[in-house]
Amino acid sequence: MFYREAGDFKTSYEADNQTFPIAFDRYRYWAVLAVAYLVIPFIINDYWASAIFVPFLIYAIAAIGLNILTGYCGQVSLGTGGFMAVGAYACYKLMTAFPDVSIVINVILAGGITAIVGAAFGLPSLRIKGFYLAVATLAAQFFLVWLFNKVEWFYNYSASGQINAPERTVFSIPVTGPNTEAWAQYLICLVFVTVSAIIARNLTRGTVGRKWMAIRDMDIAAEIIGVNPLRAKLSAFAISSFFIGISGALFFAVYLGAVEVGEAFGIQKSFLVLFMVIIGGLGSIFGAFAGAAFLVLLPVALKVVGVDLLGWPTDMVAHLQLVIVGALIMFFLIKEPHGLAQLWRVAKEKLRLWPFPY
Amino acid sequence: MMSADFLYGIEVVLNGLMAGVLYALVALGFVLIFKASGIFNYAQGVMALFAALTLVGIMEGQVPFAHMINAIFGTEVHHFGWHVPAFAAIIMTLGVMVLFAWAVQQFIFKHLVGQEPIILFMATIGLAYFLEGVGDLMWGSNIKTLDVGLPQGGSRWIEDMTASLGDDSFYGFFIDKLDMVATVVAAILVLSLIAFAQYSKQGRAMRAVADDHQAALSVGISLNFIWVLVWSLAGLVALVAGIMWGAKSGVQFSLSLIALKALPVLMLGGFTSIPGAIVGGLIIGVGEKLFEYTIGGMMGGATENWFAYVLALIFLVFRPQGLFGEKIIERV
Amino acid sequence: MKMKTFAAAALAGLLASGPALAELVIPDLSYRTGPYAAGGTPFSDGYQDYFNMLNARDGGIGGEAVRIIECETGYNTEKGVECYESTKGEGALVYQPLSTGITYQLIPKATADNIPLHTMGYGRTSAANGEVFNWVFNYPANYWDAASVMVNYLLSENDGSLDGKKIALVYHNSAYGKEPIRTLENLSEQHGFALDLLAVDHPGQEQKSQWLQIRRTRPDYVLMWGWGVMNQVAVQEAANIGFPMENFIGNWWAGAEHDVTPAGAAANGYKSLNMNRIDANLPVFDDIRSLVHDAGNAAGDGSNVGKVLYTRGMYAAMLAAEAIAKAQDIHGVANITPAMMRDGMEALELTNARMAELGMANIGPEFGVSCQDHGGTGLGIVQEWDAAAGQWNALTDYIAPDDAVTQPLIMEDSAAFAAESGIEAGCM
Repeated sequence: MFYREAGDFKTSYEADNQTFPIAFDRYRYWAVLAVAYLVIPFIINDYWASAIFVPFLIYAIAAIGLNILTGYCGQVSLGTGGFMAVGAYACYKLMTAFPDVSIVINVILAGGITAIVGAAFGLPSLRIKGFYLAVATLAAQFFLVWLFNKVEWFYNYSASGQINAPERTVFSIPVTGPNTEAWAQYLICLVFVTVSAIIARNLTRGTVGRKWMAIRDMDIAAEIIGVNPLRAKLSAFAISSFFIGISGALFFAVYLGAVEVGEAFGIQKSFLVLFMVIIGGLGSIFGAFAGAAFLVLLPVALKVVGVDLLGWPTDMVAHLQLVIVGALIMFFLIKEPHGLAQLWRVAKEKLRLWPFPY
Repeated sequence: MMSADFLYGIEVVLNGLMAGVLYALVALGFVLIFKASGIFNYAQGVMALFAALTLVGIMEGQVPFAHMINAIFGTEVHHFGWHVPAFAAIIMTLGVMVLFAWAVQQFIFKHLVGQEPIILFMATIGLAYFLEGVGDLMWGSNIKTLDVGLPQGGSRWIEDMTASLGDDSFYGFFIDKLDMVATVVAAILVLSLIAFAQYSKQGRAMRAVADDHQAALSVGISLNFIWVLVWSLAGLVALVAGIMWGAKSGVQFSLSLIALKALPVLMLGGFTSIPGAIVGGLIIGVGEKLFEYTIGGMMGGATENWFAYVLALIFLVFRPQGLFGEKIIERV
Repeated sequence: MKMKTFAAAALAGLLASGPALAELVIPDLSYRTGPYAAGGTPFSDGYQDYFNMLNARDGGIGGEAVRIIECETGYNTEKGVECYESTKGEGALVYQPLSTGITYQLIPKATADNIPLHTMGYGRTSAANGEVFNWVFNYPANYWDAASVMVNYLLSENDGSLDGKKIALVYHNSAYGKEPIRTLENLSEQHGFALDLLAVDHPGQEQKSQWLQIRRTRPDYVLMWGWGVMNQVAVQEAANIGFPMENFIGNWWAGAEHDVTPAGAAANGYKSLNMNRIDANLPVFDDIRSLVHDAGNAAGDGSNVGKVLYTRGMYAAMLAAEAIAKAQDIHGVANITPAMMRDGMEALELTNARMAELGMANIGPEFGVSCQDHGGTGLGIVQEWDAAAGQWNALTDYIAPDDAVTQPLIMEDSAAFAAESGIEAGCM
């Protein structure tokens, strides 16, 4: 009824090419942004920020990054944890070496450094495909973690190898360090998420994105029609790593404040982000958000229900959590292998015909 | 008289070979399932943990889900009060693994036939989480001692026999008795799996399915049966791997991480090749130990985790389908 | 700040659930799952059982009941943060995360929130400098003390000289495992022993390379900083290569029953440090059994009473309870705040008489805490595993660390932290 193209007349090419061609989608988009920017910062507290919103936003950036590589370009990567570590350590080195440079610039630079590292580790993708490539990216994962653990320069020769984020401000409001207010933490992540999502969305709609998708669907065919696989694959690795690097930098500087590489950026992280991308839906920016929200919220929700409401022993709830998360993943894959994004698409299709479906 | 450094190098190679046989064993579990159904089974490591937990649980007469039962019903049950001999317990555990194989096929993969490989892969990760949780709920997460009567410790006999090969700074070859047993068991298992696949009726059916699902179906082979069969075989491999590793460190959560040791072996040997898994396992086992011995020390040690992957990666750049993998022919 | 108060008010209005105030809230960030569950479970059992016993026997502390909030971290820093944030609003008095990673996380957060942190024998060693780390306590001993105690023990075994000896350190390749390296390097220069460093990556299932190297180089002693599966494998591998067990010494996180039992008889003679004595016949255990376990309130399955890590968890709970009592004493109120708790911890005095009165005579050394020194005396004992009897036996009395070695390191590291975070050193 209200969700349809009919009656929404476009009079220019720009209008016709916009991200959300349906008016209702646009209103919804602005409404979500308005709530995110104008409502949540005023009611957020430490718990909601640290347990839900900040990790959700940071994982969403990582999932967007991995989605570019895996969902749009078809290259399965299990090196996400390692690339996040590059972002985090690059950010730490920049923060401590140039204390006067704005944290925002440092985070972006950290993303840039990760992009270079990512492209270097993407080189084998020109030869290796499918699961072989997935396992090959594990080489990056293990090597990078080992490197940051072993070379003392990366953690400024501290006794234990932990890195701590010093306090840095944006407009003289602290956004890293212990004195950060919940809303500041949330807002800086939100800004990065919004910008990342807009960039990623437009990249994937344009020439670059179409090249990626051509490579994903059939690389030899893509090559024949004139897509340069070297450029397409390496640009996917670089841009994907750029976002993952930013999320790693934020993960360290804003969210945790202190990390140890093996624990925070281990192989579990790579799997977690891949999970988010697949549960959310490969090749969908919305899917990255949905997947991140699902996997951040679910354990917290299960804990609240199991421990706080039912009063079960914590270890039993933790084990049940594994069982339920595992079962849900399998259930989702059986019922909807294309993820939450596909459910969303189906819902929208239905909505178009509502209330008079044929 | 040979120099001690050289002899120690040989010792490292010997130990690497034995570690390699165990890696090959775990990798074999992956290959069996991948060949027959195209599923990259990430849950293989957790299956090893689950099998070992079940074995200990049955031997000790633990009540399954005791903690949960006690928490919900306020009871105090822990043990049945009997002890099952190791041999009988192993048979019973195998039964559990076959049941598990059937359930996996019936409830999960039957519904995912024809899906893309990555979806199947994700389903096995979900399965890994699920099984890990169930294993802990069933048998508890404390460390369990697994004693099925395997020998432990270095063989003094070999040490004494070989000590005279080098000068005073050479103390003879160190060979762990458990590793020797594991090597022999793994070798027997690998050979009998090859024989099974090569000569038995079911084995031939298994290979037919691996070659072409449709053709296998059309000559009357039950895909369902073959898939349950390969999952059961993978369960058997997991049980053996679980026993070998569990005997050394006790049965606990970390056992599930041995899957990570098998991945570079798979890359190297090819996902679809049984001989590839064996050769790959040996190369990885020797390669990582030798690298740690010669160069690793200079780089600060603990290189084994990544070296296996980097080694496999270098191999792959030259041979993208692995050593023995089928040549990938791409058509537009 | 205004934003925060407003937000808090708005949220309180929304949820309308204020924390229950008339209780002493003790969060227990435990881990009963994951790769380190075997160590986390008995510690948490002991920690909770002691408070539950106080509730049942004395009606709490100073007439105020203790409420424990258990939160499962799985030794994972992200879950640790979630646990911290979800419990701090309840009026948590002190955090005991039992994880070096989570400790590093919580040091800045807890300091900013003015909640004390007790990291007993783990965490950031330089937190012993109370002038920099006002809110962090790591008494009764820390890792650098442990390294020094080990060397002092070896000195006493070798008639005061380790000159020309070779010592290998097998360590968990993480923040925790790297802690003693600097101290041991200094000590190796001072006493003239050679130090070999052998890193073992998480989780530590595979250590063949490291132990083959030990077999080749034949160090006189092997020290170990291990946790989780690494301990069991190391003990087994040491036995396999025929390394003399009496020359193999673990730190206090590598010396519990479950670390040695998988190796069976081969583990006999393995040594480890301990910061508290093990005595399964302490009177306090009887109280716990009769008042807590028989009433069906055991934190775990009740099988861990008297074990090494259970005893340590109970010891940690006792130190917290004593600090609460001290705080109540100082401020004259029963229902104390986290800030008062900090004062109580800083004024803590533990005497032999008091420990005997509590039913745990000689469980730990006598020590006092001051504003300058949050680290206690750093004493440790050496204990030996008797595989036949299945128990740890203390070999020595409390051995003192060499403060001349550890103190400058603590000062240096804490000064670096203070400079990095812009902290003005001083008492509160």
